[in-house]
Amino acid sequence: MPIHRNAGADTLALHAGQTPDPVHRSRATPIHFTTSYVFESGDHAAALFNQERAGHVYSRISNPTNAVLEERIAALDGGVGAIACASGQAALTLAITTLMGSGGHIVASRSLYGGSHNLLGYTLPRFGIETTFVPAGDADAWRAAIRTNTRLLFGESIGNPGLEVLDIPTLAQIARDAHLPLMVDATLVTPILQCPIDLGANIVMHSATKYLGGHGVAIGGLLVDGGNFDWEASEGRFPTLTEPYEGFHGMDFAEESPIAAFLLRARREGLRDFGACLSPMNAFQILQGMETLGLRMERHVANARALVEHLVKHPFVESVSWPELDSHPDKALATRLLPQGCGGVFSFSLKGGRKAGSTFIEGLRLFSHLANVGDAKSLAIHPASTTHFRMSAESLLAAGITEGTIRLSTGLETAADLIEDLDRGLYAAQKASA
Amino acid sequence: MKLTVSGKSVYCYTGGRANQPGRPTLVLIHGAGHDHSVWTLQSRYFATHGWNVLVPDLPGHGQSEGPQRESIAELADWVGALLDTAGTGATLLAGHSMGSLVALETAARFPDKVSLLALIGSVAPMPVAPPLLEATLSNRDKAHAMINQWSYAPRSQLGSSSIPGMNLTAVNERLMQRQGHGVLHRDMSACNAYAGGFEAAARVRCPTLLLSAAQDRMTPPKAITPLAEAFGRETPLRKLVIPAAGHAMMAEAPGAVLEGLWNFAGAFPSSIQERP
Repeated sequence: MPIHRNAGADTLALHAGQTPDPVHRSRATPIHFTTSYVFESGDHAAALFNQERAGHVYSRISNPTNAVLEERIAALDGGVGAIACASGQAALTLAITTLMGSGGHIVASRSLYGGSHNLLGYTLPRFGIETTFVPAGDADAWRAAIRTNTRLLFGESIGNPGLEVLDIPTLAQIARDAHLPLMVDATLVTPILQCPIDLGANIVMHSATKYLGGHGVAIGGLLVDGGNFDWEASEGRFPTLTEPYEGFHGMDFAEESPIAAFLLRARREGLRDFGACLSPMNAFQILQGMETLGLRMERHVANARALVEHLVKHPFVESVSWPELDSHPDKALATRLLPQGCGGVFSFSLKGGRKAGSTFIEGLRLFSHLANVGDAKSLAIHPASTTHFRMSAESLLAAGITEGTIRLSTGLETAADLIEDLDRGLYAAQKASA
Repeated sequence: MKLTVSGKSVYCYTGGRANQPGRPTLVLIHGAGHDHSVWTLQSRYFATHGWNVLVPDLPGHGQSEGPQRESIAELADWVGALLDTAGTGATLLAGHSMGSLVALETAARFPDKVSLLALIGSVAPMPVAPPLLEATLSNRDKAHAMINQWSYAPRSQLGSSSIPGMNLTAVNERLMQRQGHGVLHRDMSACNAYAGGFEAAARVRCPTLLLSAAQDRMTPPKAITPLAEAFGRETPLRKLVIPAAGHAMMAEAPGAVLEGLWNFAGAFPSSIQERP
């Protein structure tokens, strides 16, 4: 059941979590560049440590600038609260380690960002947490992969690299039937285009480095709790949340807060002990970006549509992968779950293979050649010569890409200039392949 | 901890510590559609400062078994039975909103069980706006949205939570969603029907605190005057208005509510001395 929003998304993106500083009357969110906070008295200090009073103790655990960012994303996403982390990877790690330890199991979409795949597929097994990867759109495979030790279902709103659209309502039902939470990485959609919690997900994570910041100057991650999972009713699957924790005053987090137990444990254990907190400077910079999130996402979508329209007609382009196209297998899902657009990231394949791809990239002037997405500036990468350069043509195909695949992150520039730049690269690639 | 009251299982939060004999007890009664978790910060403080704490989920709420009680009088009798079961001695009984009516009626019915009384976000009578009462029956989402709109000060509507990173209105909405169908409607109906506030106030003899919030639109501070005037002259009555908070003051201004209760208890030390 979605949470009622107190205001529209654009208003929340500007105001949620912050009122003008009552002391200095600052309109902008102040940057609280402090490690720690002065206690009023010994009693006040003890009360803060024992969670008898609300407030800040140490910026690894909470910080006033970060708190504004946390409230803002929670308000936008329809969550009960959030935690700001050092990166999207830190947010994902915090979520997983809050929910399970050694012996835990995750069912995850096969269509994940490479960093998430590395964490789940290679790193976490060293710590006794295994993952079964399943095709994003195969509901039966998700269901079949659930084991008695499964503790989480995880996917991305729009997958990588094929832009698979996650059927969140169906997966949420599968998760509910199994008494498990569903976590969605909503980095590529942001709350402007989709709020997974409204569709039934329980936890949302963002790499705030991407569209939320938008400027490409700050790494950050956000973890949002939907407050819509009943940990007490999960038949003992989540002892970290439903049994006393000696590491924090013997607190039973679900008893303390039936609604926000997950966030409470994540902050009181994971953020405290693993320490992947966000710098308040980064929080400030991400907040600055979020103020214009709605406007930017509109332009990202509009520009992506313009580029896709141009590329599908280009004779040197073999195919374009974009969920809004009739040719994409998830077109119907995208229409239903992403009615305002599918963001600004898409891929297309050149005729001419690996050489054509690298020549295309070198022919671009406006697009920046780098490994990121969601920047205000347009970005391009040729996976076969960079992120996937060790892979054979066959292995690339198995990963859903070809030797000529280019991934674009459409920025906010004038669309005609971007089209002119693409044509420049396409001309160079075509010439090199002739 | 779990207690059995009238043959049914009752969940009581104790502030993170086990209760011990020989201490005064703080009993906190939640409002309509809520559970014990609205009181956690205040509870934990009292529990580490020499008090026992007993914060029940009312019958049919949270983790307590039903049946839900359908009138303030029935709820007051139930609280009386709870205090007997728990074996409380000197007791500060505090309630919020609907819980304040329950606390008031309990203090009137069981004067020997209540040493100090605190009514938080209270008015009597407590009529519920007909569109809200109707919405609790026919459209819970709408009812939750209306309650949130009226329960939080303008500052809290857009955030600035005192609890880092929490979206307080969403927490409140999820808490109300978590309760069973019909729970909120029956609670609101009980508030709406309660007509015994003035009579109960006249019977209360223990020191009483009326704690309001300046920006409360559900139970505005001015509206408590008739109830305040219904207390007898011999009843020590204190009034406190918390600035910059609304009806959801335990979440919006948890420190101010805590200090209000703590200072009130400290002002009547003889009332909270444990009885032999």
